[in-house]
Amino acid sequence: MKNTLRNVFHSPRFLVGFIIFMIILLTVLIYPWFVHRDPLQGLGKGFLEPGTYLSVYDANDTDTYRVELPEAAANRLEASLPTEDRQMMIDYLKAMGVDVSGLDTSNEKMEDLLVAWNANYDEADAKKNKYEGFATQAKRNALRRLDNKIKSSNSNVTMSVVKGEGDDATVKTVNGNDFVKVDEVANSVNLPLGTDNFGRDTLTELVEATGISLLIGLIAGSIATLLGLLVGLLAGYVGGVLDDILMFIANIFTVIPGFVLLILIYSALGAESRGIVTCAVIIGITSWVWTARSVRSQVISLRNRDHVNLSKLSGHSLFRIVTTDILPYIASYVVMAFILQVSSGILAEAQLSMLGLGPNPNELPTLGLMMNWAKLFGAYTSSNAWWAYFPVIMVIALISFSLNLMNTGLDQVFNPTLRD
Amino acid sequence: MTKGMRKYFKKKIFWFVITFIAAVILNFILPRLMPGDPVNSIVGKNISPGATQEQVQEQIAYYQHQFGLDKDIFGQFWDFVKNAFNGTFGVSYSQYPRLVSDIIGSSIWWTVALQLPAILVGWLLGNLLGALAAYKRSFYDKALMPVTLFFSAIPAFGAAVILLVVFAVNLKWAPVNGAFDPGMIPSFSWKFISSVIAHYQLPFWSIVLISIGGQAVGMRSMSIYELNADYVKYARFLGIKDKKIVRYVFRNAMLPQVTGLAMSIGAMVGGALVAETIFSYPGLGMSMYAAINSSDYPVISACTLIITVMVLIASFLLDIIYAFIDPRVKAAQFD
Repeated sequence: MKNTLRNVFHSPRFLVGFIIFMIILLTVLIYPWFVHRDPLQGLGKGFLEPGTYLSVYDANDTDTYRVELPEAAANRLEASLPTEDRQMMIDYLKAMGVDVSGLDTSNEKMEDLLVAWNANYDEADAKKNKYEGFATQAKRNALRRLDNKIKSSNSNVTMSVVKGEGDDATVKTVNGNDFVKVDEVANSVNLPLGTDNFGRDTLTELVEATGISLLIGLIAGSIATLLGLLVGLLAGYVGGVLDDILMFIANIFTVIPGFVLLILIYSALGAESRGIVTCAVIIGITSWVWTARSVRSQVISLRNRDHVNLSKLSGHSLFRIVTTDILPYIASYVVMAFILQVSSGILAEAQLSMLGLGPNPNELPTLGLMMNWAKLFGAYTSSNAWWAYFPVIMVIALISFSLNLMNTGLDQVFNPTLRD
Repeated sequence: MTKGMRKYFKKKIFWFVITFIAAVILNFILPRLMPGDPVNSIVGKNISPGATQEQVQEQIAYYQHQFGLDKDIFGQFWDFVKNAFNGTFGVSYSQYPRLVSDIIGSSIWWTVALQLPAILVGWLLGNLLGALAAYKRSFYDKALMPVTLFFSAIPAFGAAVILLVVFAVNLKWAPVNGAFDPGMIPSFSWKFISSVIAHYQLPFWSIVLISIGGQAVGMRSMSIYELNADYVKYARFLGIKDKKIVRYVFRNAMLPQVTGLAMSIGAMVGGALVAETIFSYPGLGMSMYAAINSSDYPVISACTLIITVMVLIASFLLDIIYAFIDPRVKAAQFD
């Protein structure tokens, strides 16, 4: 036993898979110690991009520090001049007859663009109405506002904030180089993966969902493996009519896709009665067939080996023969089958959730439900919120990847012909 | 046809018929175990607020008669089988009085036209790549193997979403959803066909990509196993050319891959159906998705029955093909 374990952990594939899986598992277990947020609590409305959010109100109320940041003005301009504005500047310069071949809307070319703008923009000139495309009053006003924005972007500008109303109002002046310290702001929230369509913190939700999906996979995998093992042992060792009946059932269910069975059972259950455990159990009892068939064929080949016959002659009980003379020989196979069942259980839940047949969505998040929400609320297309679905896909892929690696690693240890 | 083959075919046809019957029975029974009465919800939707108790009862009786729910379970089963064989699949619950065949009629062909070529192309490409990786066994194999394993671990819908976001939403190389421009009426014009082809690309390649990974990994280990077999070593000692040996190895490694395809085709179709819904491709996956969201059980069970029958036929055909390429079946020694 000890030797086998050592061999297994010497397989690089198994080791890498095991480490990835353990990292995922530990993250799921440890994360809730540090972040106490309810994974289903909505923090805002709709998708928020990943980042740290500070309360504007509290930031104004926090002590300020003077920081002379040399590139402050440039940064402020970069942030406040959207691509459309920069394009308009280029268009204007072009209309003025300036060579714009070296200019574009990127941040790197910002400085060149500003130099060219300051050299060539003249309000009086623009008023003369002689440039194509900038003939209307609205366009000229837009240009003037743009010019104001650029002129007032230096770090010496001030802004006045009025607090309260009427006579009680106080005015606070904020300088261009006033800074607040992030951890002094009373209300700030760090959302490394933004929020989803319900405004839930995606990272917290993802960690919780990963845990639930792993649980579903483990329950489904255990049930499928135990059922398969039981049926396979019975059919293989007892044989006879029992074998015929069990294999008749198994043959039917090998051809009818498990996916179809799951759709029929899940839709018959209705959304309210689909709890996490129910879902997992159903996935388990619809996917035992492959394990049963393989266990059966291995048991049949073991049944007539000498050591089994010796056991029989010694009058050992059926239970003892199965546990001591047969199970150890198929144990490695059963472990591998279990690993694959866990991975396919997680996948089955995700696929069913994508079809709208997932576990009850009001209870707990799962990876599949998160994908389904992302789809329903247009994260792929209209909102383009990559943080709502891409990490989910990666987590699913990493889980199956690590389980597959462990499986091939075990395969190489136990089937030496496959060794590289 | 040898005796062994005949026996093999008989056995396969027997199992085809048995599983077919089992599939029909399961499709009938499982939706009827559901909680809640579909008729009540339809009546609840359609009846005017001031209706008396008798009117409600009358309506319920009317709809129960329409759906054949007033008959006993055997009568219902007979209706179900009859409807399945004449191809109408009964009346839809959510879009009463439309026939189910009306709703899903065209979607079958979209699904077949999408999935059949995609799964075949993916299977062929995957096997070629796997065999190549096994034969070369070089740096590329070692470096690419983990990458391939990782990519084959990405679920079908994940690959579909990534393709959709990269190529349709961001690069705008392909349309985002549907099977043709929404403004078009299906016809045999060049414009319509080119629109269909443009919409076909992303769903097609996402299914191909999904199937390549798994097949390549399987084929590679099968080929490595065969390359280490005694007959290969013996053939090498005899000085038989590598090219010829590779042909034998490939053929022997192919056999389990054909059976593997027969066994995994159900799961592959399942994944591909979900991928369809990502692209809003008007196939069975989309019909099923819509039906699930409106609790339209006749449509769901029609979809699942059609999928099951398609998978049954596909694996039956693969079994037949297997008989022709496996010399053991030909030699009448097959179990």
